[in-house]
Amino acid sequence: MDFIGAYSIPNLTFILKGFLITLEVAFISIILSFLLGTLLGTLRYTRIPVVARLTAIVVDIIRNLPLLLIIFFMKIVLPQIGISMSPFWSTVVGLTLFEGAMISEIVRSGLNSIDKGQIEASRSSGLSYMQTFWNIILPQGLRRMSPPMVSQFISLLKDTSLAIIISLPEIMHNVQILGGQNFNYIIPALILAAALYFIVNYTLSIIARRLESKMH
Amino acid sequence: MGNFDVTLVFDHWDRYMDGFINTIQVSIIALIGSFILGAIIAIFRIAPFKPLNWFGTAYVEVIRNIPLLIVVFFFYLGLPSLGIALDGFVSGTLGLTVYTAAFIAEAIRAGIQAVPTGQSEAARATGLSYLQTMIHIILPQAIKIVLPAIGNQFINLVKNSSILAVVAGMDLMYYADLINSDTFLPLTVYTFVALFYLVLTVPLSYAVLYMERRFNIADNK
Repeated sequence: MDFIGAYSIPNLTFILKGFLITLEVAFISIILSFLLGTLLGTLRYTRIPVVARLTAIVVDIIRNLPLLLIIFFMKIVLPQIGISMSPFWSTVVGLTLFEGAMISEIVRSGLNSIDKGQIEASRSSGLSYMQTFWNIILPQGLRRMSPPMVSQFISLLKDTSLAIIISLPEIMHNVQILGGQNFNYIIPALILAAALYFIVNYTLSIIARRLESKMH
Repeated sequence: MGNFDVTLVFDHWDRYMDGFINTIQVSIIALIGSFILGAIIAIFRIAPFKPLNWFGTAYVEVIRNIPLLIVVFFFYLGLPSLGIALDGFVSGTLGLTVYTAAFIAEAIRAGIQAVPTGQSEAARATGLSYLQTMIHIILPQAIKIVLPAIGNQFINLVKNSSILAVVAGMDLMYYADLINSDTFLPLTVYTFVALFYLVLTVPLSYAVLYMERRFNIADNK
């Protein structure tokens, strides 16, 4: 182990550059998967005959596959049917599909947890179905969903590391390269990477806990 | 479409099976390992001894907030730099075990703490020892929360075992890569890989759902 050599300025810059890509991928994917998840979760909640059923099947298939396979699929399989994406966008699309499916389950159970009496009350007070959903159900549901949602975002940030399989130059990719240059650097590099992930995720998990305690 | 060739799965059946069986093996070994390790960590977290609490908490918090890949790389790339060489299969399995143990520890702790304290006080008051209280009163009730959670962790293990492909760990994803380099038919190769994973994870998901519903009904009676 060589901490001093491993933490030289060029090496630190190299690892931090990777972490920046990790954060970038995570940030875009969090926004997109939140939108997709809310859409899919709402579709299942509405119980529109065919649509809700189809959404359920697609969501269940995606949730039951390894994310690594989904990311690999985006980069290796899609070009065969004419869709080519960079490693960056393959990762973003793969993460969005997988985490979006996970989030849709959170959204669905959040919406389902709102008492049905509220729908009846607001419908009988003259609100339309859309108004009821938009003004009464969704705001309350979203508040209840926020703690598991933040946990899912923590998973998402960790999951970006799987993009190493398609050579996205994120932090773990750079850590591996550094370890390849000098194998005395690998443990210090892994510790640094762990610390960076930990700082961001621990902050998020404190936010999640705050949100949770506010609700009770 | 000339891209899809169903007969591929028969031509390469042996390699698919090698990978599939290794994936199942890793998942089961890591499940057993992480259950044992997770139970120990859970006991550490609720034991009436502060340093053990701290260790248990630190373990859970650190592991839950870092990617599985860091843990696997520690075994696969880190240990060799200290003179301990492990192959991809072993380091992947160890990484999965250490990682999943943190989640199982949390599930066990949550299960035990969900049982109202009045129950253990009552049991102790009737003359049962601490161990008897745990075995006869607390654990049978905690299992309702712990069992579905462990089922979910098993599903995660099956999916996460694909990380072995990153360290040449001979799992399903790894063999798929070999088949793909021979055939250049990624759509077919990976569609079958997806099916093999679903054969494992979908029935497990339904089993967990069934457990959750059963325990819920029992609670509401």
